[in-house]
Amino acid sequence: MDHNVVNLWPLLGVAVIILGFALRAHPVLVVIAACAVTGIASAMPVEKLLATMGTAFIKTRNLPLILLLPLAAIGLLERFGLKEHAQASIARIKSATTGRLLIVYLALREITAAFGLTSLGGHICMVRPLVAPMAEGAAETRYPALTDELRHRIRAMSAATDNVGLFFGEDVFVAFGAIVLMQTILRGEGLEVEPLHIAMWGIPTAVTAFIIHSWRLHRLDAQIARAMLKQTQKETA
Amino acid sequence: MIIKLDFFFYVLGAMLLLVALMALADKHNPKRYSSALFWALYALAYLAGDQLPPVVSGMLVVVMALIAGFGGVTLGRYGERTAEERKSSAQRLGHRLLIPALIIPLTTMIGSTLLKDVHLGGLLLLDPKNTTLVSLGCGAVFAVIAACWMTRSTPVQAVREARRLTDYLGWAVVLPHMLAVLGLLFTEVGMGKAVAHLVTSYINLDVRLVAVAVYCVGMALFTIIMGNGFAAFPVIAGGVGIPVLVGVYHANPAVMAAIGMFSAYCGTLMTPMAANFNIVPAALLELPDKNAVVKIQVGTALPLLLANIALLYFLMNM
Repeated sequence: MDHNVVNLWPLLGVAVIILGFALRAHPVLVVIAACAVTGIASAMPVEKLLATMGTAFIKTRNLPLILLLPLAAIGLLERFGLKEHAQASIARIKSATTGRLLIVYLALREITAAFGLTSLGGHICMVRPLVAPMAEGAAETRYPALTDELRHRIRAMSAATDNVGLFFGEDVFVAFGAIVLMQTILRGEGLEVEPLHIAMWGIPTAVTAFIIHSWRLHRLDAQIARAMLKQTQKETA
Repeated sequence: MIIKLDFFFYVLGAMLLLVALMALADKHNPKRYSSALFWALYALAYLAGDQLPPVVSGMLVVVMALIAGFGGVTLGRYGERTAEERKSSAQRLGHRLLIPALIIPLTTMIGSTLLKDVHLGGLLLLDPKNTTLVSLGCGAVFAVIAACWMTRSTPVQAVREARRLTDYLGWAVVLPHMLAVLGLLFTEVGMGKAVAHLVTSYINLDVRLVAVAVYCVGMALFTIIMGNGFAAFPVIAGGVGIPVLVGVYHANPAVMAAIGMFSAYCGTLMTPMAANFNIVPAALLELPDKNAVVKIQVGTALPLLLANIALLYFLMNM
């Protein structure tokens, strides 16, 4: 086969994804359809397609483990008021606002991740039971009539803060898998690079990420204040 | 090794089987039969995954996707306590409530750093390939024991609470699997080559800034499609980064790699395909819009991507 000939048919799978999300179809159906189209477009027999999907499914069973195993403990604690306790604790700190609280969490998450402590956080163990209720509670202390729209915005921002802190912190840690991956790929191409140098050159972006996201968190407080002011004006009018 | 990853697969499988039985018995769930079937199939994948022939597990994926995709997994009733009851027990238990919650991350941390190489009777204590996961599993088990003891509840009540949360997650639980499956298929059929071919043949890379921008935006776009920066990196670094940035413009490979991977992460923040980080939390936080987290992250990811282009442009020859 000519080395320059590249099979472009698999790109149909990408087209299905883009089309599916554009049409707002159910994500699970979009992905299954993309699997089928990709397999058929590259002339894979149905049996091999199913076997490939099955093998990948069994191989990725460790991903949801992180998510599902802690649910029993977290769920039970919620039944006995973990969220309510988190909210009551934050209400006692008078200077706490949603934005400031999330900036502190962002800093902690990014710094601990940069030292390789990525398990100190996460959506199931920290964000759902503690960070999101506290962020919501801080806003509720100031504005007892907090709207659902703002509540949802605060929760989404709490999840986003965890992601930003994790992503841009962990890549500064020398022993992190991504750095090893980069080193291996570069070595395969004949480039010898020190992991420490890759980690070091990640720092400018890590700092920029912190500045951009904290600026947005800082503005969130003002946005909540403005939205609640509008709300009260509407009610008095 | 003494504690293997498989052990936690069985624990989770048993928990999911109980969830399926509870779903079957829940008369308030409008679709209790299909919901129960969905969780039972998922339990099967954990309990007997290694014994199933690959074609059968492939069919399992497709059936689960069809049940979930056509709205067959619905919410039931969970006998939740009232807000007043929760508030009064929160006051009674106070900061003690935090202890079981913190056991999970602390055990994970201690296990994956201090107990990594510990031997007991000539055997490694923890599965060496999955130290973090095994430590997290131990932490989750310890946390359930602590939580049951402190609140005087039974483990069955803990599973009942787990069901309340898994039901909120619903289809979001299987989406990461499906995407991993798709990612593997993409790799198998040579998707990377096709994309790199398109990028390098149709865009003029003779201008330094254009080349840098194509590299960073390419990383982000490819990650948006694949949902995973690790899949994008070899393709775009191999297609643009090494031949053009290093080969033509003499960029420092360490800078090219570090900022390239971070550009890929900007893509991760903007895609529903990174379900674990973006869709699962939206379900977990009970947000009505499952894309709410992605939408809010775009405001951070786009300026950061621009900043990455500028940083790479100015730092690459240092």
